[in-house]
Amino acid sequence: MFSSVPPIYFLIVSAVIFAIGAMGVLVRRNAIVIFMCIEMMLSAVNLTLITASHYLNSLDGVLMVFFVMTVAAAEAAVGLAIFVLLFRGRRTIKVDEINLLKW
Amino acid sequence: MAGNVFYWIVFVGTALTAIFAAVMVITRRSPIHSAMFLILNFLCIAVLYLLLNSQFIAIVQVMIYAGAIMMLVIFVIMLLNVEEEERRRKISASPAQIIGVVLVLILFAQLIYGVGVYVLPGEWSEFTRERITQIGDIKAVAGLLFTKFLFPFEVASILLLVGIIGAVILSKKER
Repeated sequence: MFSSVPPIYFLIVSAVIFAIGAMGVLVRRNAIVIFMCIEMMLSAVNLTLITASHYLNSLDGVLMVFFVMTVAAAEAAVGLAIFVLLFRGRRTIKVDEINLLKW
Repeated sequence: MAGNVFYWIVFVGTALTAIFAAVMVITRRSPIHSAMFLILNFLCIAVLYLLLNSQFIAIVQVMIYAGAIMMLVIFVIMLLNVEEEERRRKISASPAQIIGVVLVLILFAQLIYGVGVYVLPGEWSEFTRERITQIGDIKAVAGLLFTKFLFPFEVASILLLVGIIGAVILSKKER
């Protein structure tokens, strides 16, 4: 039949992209790049949900992805507004120097 | 048979491009290059959605992720102009970063183990490929969205409203 790739390959691709995104979050120091890595991790999780819903003949995963995308859009609006505000106040968006809430 | 081979070729090519783009996102020095490779990654994932017969989500992925969100990110990168700060960064790994890489490798091993060992769990439903082709992908999604998922849909609308108000309040200048 048409769909010959087993679901495990899609899940492995998703896991690899998720791990790369998590590594970026932990290693990079630029807040905007960290934000982009978080978006990449959300997208990898979406791929897992779509894979599961496709191979289970279900549409619930598709709707779940729809809501994850809604959350990602709201997060982008608020997060980037926070970055602009931080840069206006402290002239930097490096996460090492933004430690007001750290301890 | 020819369709099978074509499916495999598209899958392998798209998957490798997506992983390559993801690696480039976290290794490029300049944030704008990272953003461009992230757009490439999102487009590749949209192609993977098409391979999984989810046309609606593929289009929404291109529109929302690769279009709206990345446009906002690039706009903010241009606005803040932090590139020269990033360029004079020393190439030195702090202990925290090394620990982070090790933890991520452990996480990756766990993910691969979880994917490989267990069969796909979950509840089988009635939306087979033929059924979706018959009634249309968007129509099927909309039918579920306004019946089974009506309450989460309303909650999402409130979330978007809160996001809009939060962004306006945060970026308003206090004088």
